Amino acid sequence: MGTLIEEIFARKAGRPVQAGEILLLDVDYIMSHDNTTPLAIKAFRDIGKPILDKNRIVLHFDHAYPAPNVLAAENHKKIIDFVKEQGLPHLLHQGVCHQVMIEEGFITPGAIVIGADSHSNTYGAMGAFGTGLGSTEIGVAWVTGKCWFKVPETIRVELSGQAQAGVYAKDVMIHIAGLLGMDGGTYRSVEFGGEYIDNLPMHERIVFPNMSTEIGAKCGLIAADEVTIQYLENETPAKGPFEMIQPVNPRYERVIEIDVSTLVPQVSCHPDVDNVKPLSQVEGLEVNEVYIGTCTNARYEDIEIVANMLKGKKVHPFTRVIVTPASERIYKKAMQNGLIEILMDAGCTVTGSGCGACIGRHGGILAAGERALTTMNRNFIGRMGSPLSEIYLASPATAAATALTGRITDPRGYL
Amino acid sequence: MAKAWTFGENMNTDEIIPGRYNITIDPLELAKNVFCEVKPEYAKTVQPGDVIVGGQNFGCGSSREHAPIAIKGSQAKCIIAPSFARIFFRNCINIGLPILECPAAVADITEGDDVDVDLASGQIFNRTNGHQYQASALPDFVLKIAEAGGIVNFLKTHDIQDLMT
Repeated sequence: MGTLIEEIFARKAGRPVQAGEILLLDVDYIMSHDNTTPLAIKAFRDIGKPILDKNRIVLHFDHAYPAPNVLAAENHKKIIDFVKEQGLPHLLHQGVCHQVMIEEGFITPGAIVIGADSHSNTYGAMGAFGTGLGSTEIGVAWVTGKCWFKVPETIRVELSGQAQAGVYAKDVMIHIAGLLGMDGGTYRSVEFGGEYIDNLPMHERIVFPNMSTEIGAKCGLIAADEVTIQYLENETPAKGPFEMIQPVNPRYERVIEIDVSTLVPQVSCHPDVDNVKPLSQVEGLEVNEVYIGTCTNARYEDIEIVANMLKGKKVHPFTRVIVTPASERIYKKAMQNGLIEILMDAGCTVTGSGCGACIGRHGGILAAGERALTTMNRNFIGRMGSPLSEIYLASPATAAATALTGRITDPRGYL
Repeated sequence: MAKAWTFGENMNTDEIIPGRYNITIDPLELAKNVFCEVKPEYAKTVQPGDVIVGGQNFGCGSSREHAPIAIKGSQAKCIIAPSFARIFFRNCINIGLPILECPAAVADITEGDDVDVDLASGQIFNRTNGHQYQASALPDFVLKIAEAGGIVNFLKTHDIQDLMT
């Protein structure tokens, strides 16, 4: 009996659990990347005990890869040396860690996966518990295989109706961020459900748990259903049987009901994710860079939307348009189906998969006074470069329309 | 004299230390750039034992431990805020950087006040205006980690199960 997070935790604890309890649970996978692994190695060395289970450790190179400077290169070298020394089986560099974790089948319903990256909440899209932690706890989990969790209260977001053409999961999630605010979900599990979610394909579902981080949530969850199982069986090497864990007579702290059919395209405006406006209120604002990438919105279907809108056209001459597929698998499929050629012909710069521009590391850094419209999840001041630059968040379709005009543009006239 | 340094609401990890400086894990190196964009004078003039007084949701954003490490490296004694972001809260405890939740103190303390903190009792004393505030108590297992000086030190001498007993 309980909310989805209580049901997931109860299976691991082997007994019913309730919000407020502190649990010490076994974790299934422990994720970290090139930015956060060095500190985990330091914690591991300081503890001075052996790794419990090498198979549970998954390391990624994505934040500054391939290395844009000597220090990043040294970071990578240090991690590779550690992987060799410890004989770790999973070192991946096929794209943004969260996308690759899902594609490679590490995330299954009911799994407990911790990551040294705040957007580890993403795994909730598969009915798994994913949460972000600091590197020290990652080093601790390498040694103990465990992590402590306070069972969180749950905010249920009940989404009904069908979205209008030109309105996507990103618009709905940006609207939710505006409603709840950037600390509206702090310490909470945010459970997304309702007929809108039930009918949504996996690539769109992922947006909600991914951005639950931006409202402070401990996790964002969508209960596994037939869509999840189909995705796991057809798109990943994960082996079943998979349990479709559901909330059972849940007690929610709060329920928010939204009819998505009333929504128009939304934008998270500089400088906070909860500074949300209907696109019409910022339409026409000049944009220097359009960035289509990240764990939020750079899946194959996102790139397909952009390519369809840019086909046979040219992006604005004074707007840099950067497309970074979330993973190499996505990149390859987009290439095989001719999407990359369409994007390049339209004047986009297509880069290798990774996180570089989103964290202001490389491949799309903003100058002072510049404004970007991106498909990212976060618009902190200075995140993409100069502290005097501005970041606006929107859907891939809005990004494509904006790429054509060089100004924030409603995608509905370009579909 | 322990000076209070005040910061606004929703202070995020990029503002504590921008991503471009996270190429080192050396606390003293990180401390050179801590708060460099929101309060550049902090890193230049902070003294050991000074106290950070933040707004609600302090430390939101990235999971990067560089943020609390940079603050610890600056030798601030502790952070007082009405509330902390989830990952940042865990990170501070894990690395042994004391944090206190105390809305009353935050509402009353102004930048430059002389503030004394007794970490064990959670009592905060403002020597500038004579006011005293009581921070909320931390859960027992969190205190165990804090008393050991962080989770790494705790595990050197304990099993992880000891947290729960």
